[in-house]
Amino acid sequence: MGKPIKIRAKLKGDVAEVKALMPHDMESGLRRNPETDELVPAHYITEVSVEHNGEAVMQAFWGPAVSKNPYVAFSIKGAASGDVIKIRWSDNNGDTSETETALK
Amino acid sequence: MKIDRRKLIKSLFALTATLAFPRLLFAARPDKAFEATSADQAIADLLGATPVDSDKVKMKIPDIAENGAVVPVTISTELENVESISVVVDNNPTPLAASFDMSPKTVPNISVRIKMGQSSMVRAIVKADGNLYSTAKEVKVTIGGCGG
Repeated sequence: MGKPIKIRAKLKGDVAEVKALMPHDMESGLRRNPETDELVPAHYITEVSVEHNGEAVMQAFWGPAVSKNPYVAFSIKGAASGDVIKIRWSDNNGDTSETETALK
Repeated sequence: MKIDRRKLIKSLFALTATLAFPRLLFAARPDKAFEATSADQAIADLLGATPVDSDKVKMKIPDIAENGAVVPVTISTELENVESISVVVDNNPTPLAASFDMSPKTVPNISVRIKMGQSSMVRAIVKADGNLYSTAKEVKVTIGGCGG
């Protein structure tokens, strides 16, 4: 199980502004370990999905060029207080992490 | 046997119901596009056509990135019926950095942080109403972000 996602969601009218931080090494597989000079194996988030009250609202595909500890911000229309935003990621090793938050 | 048939009909019914309404269906990751080694190939693999340059696609990204490992980019558009927003970094080993598939409920405004190995043209491509629109900006990188 990957590390939990930190979600900050703010409701502005009926738009939920969501900022998410996903702790993850996002190793491209091109970097060398400075001590051993060996290539650090690729380990990066490949897919992110977002659900609003159980309905899919966004699906992102990532490559290793997304920065370490990815930060992403997006907004969902038609949101209301109490609604649940769920974010899930999966990586090239098959690890996953899923976190949800309720809009205030 | 009776139970199996009932289950089958029930699931077919549920499937038809879900497909009846326009919504975002989870697609498979376009791996080939992420492996492409040129921007043009990545865009062709991902989107199947060449985007048209458009001032309706806005990209906010620094002119000079001090740290190529973390380059913040925000892409937004006033276009309607946006299906996806993608980011391509021409001079990265594999130019396709990220692609976001949107539903009608997603505001077409995405912020993400990307790595740039060296100074490069960065492209934002929006698919809206089946058409491709893009904008591009040359970003200078002081310290490359691919760890090489």
